[in-house]
Amino acid sequence: MIFTLIVQASPYQHQAPETALRFAKALLRQGHTLHRIFFYRDGVHNGSALVSSPRDEQNLPEQWQALAEEHDLDIVVCIAAAIRRGVLDATEAKRYERRGDNLHSAFELSGLGQLVEASLASDRVITFGG
Amino acid sequence: MPTLHTLNRGPSHASCLEECLSTMANDDTLLLIEDGVYWALPSHISVLNDVSHIRALKADVLARGLHQLSGTELVDDDGFVGLCTQHDRVVSWF
Repeated sequence: MIFTLIVQASPYQHQAPETALRFAKALLRQGHTLHRIFFYRDGVHNGSALVSSPRDEQNLPEQWQALAEEHDLDIVVCIAAAIRRGVLDATEAKRYERRGDNLHSAFELSGLGQLVEASLASDRVITFGG
Repeated sequence: MPTLHTLNRGPSHASCLEECLSTMANDDTLLLIEDGVYWALPSHISVLNDVSHIRALKADVLARGLHQLSGTELVDDDGFVGLCTQHDRVVSWF
């Protein structure tokens, strides 16, 4: 079965991204297809490469990155939600004349069209909100 | 055409459950996740008397030390994925 996940909450404030990560690992373990993970609203903070958690705590952005690289996943951060919250890739940092960029390279900034396409292409769309 | 409803808000956000219950059909399933598992406590479970199919996510029940208090059937992460495939759609309440 083809799944798409929507993550709408930031790490550390809500448990939702942790639940989504475990769910993603479970569905991949069972042989299902993960078409896309779409990070929306405060969920865009999952894409920040600057998140620096204490050594004895899990780093959610790094875990998303590792999972994406292991399974060649399409992990998309909503561009409109991200820019408002200061999550920028190099292109947007240049466009808005910001000092640096912080979107992890495993993630891609894109629009809601990617969510619509994923909804059409998937058998199940599961939202993890907070 | 049953629907799986996930709920991640506990009794301190009761309106979330109320809205969920108002949309549930008889053959739907309610999966309690995150703080939603607090609804499975003996002091709250009566609110769910009209729900035929209730499950709670095992990791969240264990993380909150509630496993000895709740008689609700538990599912692990694989079970969560299984419930999604067994229902026609999933609605998330949060």
